Amino acid sequence: MIPALTMLLSCQLAGEMIARLFGLPVPGPVLGMSLLFTLLLARPRSEAVVRDTTATLLRYLSLLFVPAGVGLIRHAGRVRAELAAITVAIVISTAATIAVSALVFAAVARALEKRTR
Amino acid sequence: MIARIWVYLSATPLLWLTATLAAYEAGAWIFGRFGRRPLLNPVLIAVTVLIAVLAATGTPYETYFDGAQFVHFLLGPATVALAVPLFENRAHVRAALLPMLAALLGARGETIASMAPKSVTTPIAMAISEQIGGLPSLTAAFVIATGICGAVIATPLLNLLRLRDYRARGFAAGLAAHGLGTARAFQMDEMAGTFAGIALALNGLATSLLVPALARLMR
Repeated sequence: MIPALTMLLSCQLAGEMIARLFGLPVPGPVLGMSLLFTLLLARPRSEAVVRDTTATLLRYLSLLFVPAGVGLIRHAGRVRAELAAITVAIVISTAATIAVSALVFAAVARALEKRTR
Repeated sequence: MIARIWVYLSATPLLWLTATLAAYEAGAWIFGRFGRRPLLNPVLIAVTVLIAVLAATGTPYETYFDGAQFVHFLLGPATVALAVPLFENRAHVRAALLPMLAALLGARGETIASMAPKSVTTPIAMAISEQIGGLPSLTAAFVIATGICGAVIATPLLNLLRLRDYRARGFAAGLAAHGLGTARAFQMDEMAGTFAGIALALNGLATSLLVPALARLMR
């Protein structure tokens, strides 16, 4: 677990440093993710080091959002007046994004399969 | 006596760290116990319970966050960890490059078309960079609200659309509801989770490049 965490944190740290050094608008952890991916491509054996820890982390991914979610309390007062409007806007826009992207993905995937057949 | 214990507990990170894990466990138990209904999302339950407890005890969010930050911090390494399922499923991912690109562009088009309501659903890019190391801001609050909403509605909505392609389902959930959608997708199916993780990363990338450009255009 410690070798795995070291590897994950090193990638994140490197990602943060690269993003700052070159003034990239990409978040450090996302860069860290591409770094780890590149590392795994270069040395597939290192996957065994991280596999179990990453599986555990990802199994509890939703837990990690709870502290930030509780942060909604700080904006309760400001938001209360427009709570209904904001809720409707969030639900509609989220539903639209899910529906559009899933339908487009499935349609293009189907068209590709037909062509290769 | 109770007051003395409270004085001690309210000054250590231990209490709110434990409360965060306990609230999530309770949420997960309720979710499983009552037939995994989308509205009984564990995060939604945990957040609701914790907000109620903070309000009832008059605890400031800053005090809560002192304890909960240890959980919050793991968001960074967890994002990096998404590289592993991506690596394991790289053959499937390579085969689906075109559908992913199309879905991303499709969702972007829809975003630009509905700029006003959508401006509240700020992307993972801002979410991550703002959250790590600091208290989550209003932007982050909207990101979280969007994520919870997406995690709740994704499954019923995608069932309604009769989409059975787990790659498409995961990608859509990750794109619309970032980490929370990704978490939900991993609960459903490993392949769905992988594609959700890619969508999350791509969206972060696309938005961080696109938003400044759009802002410049609109000025």
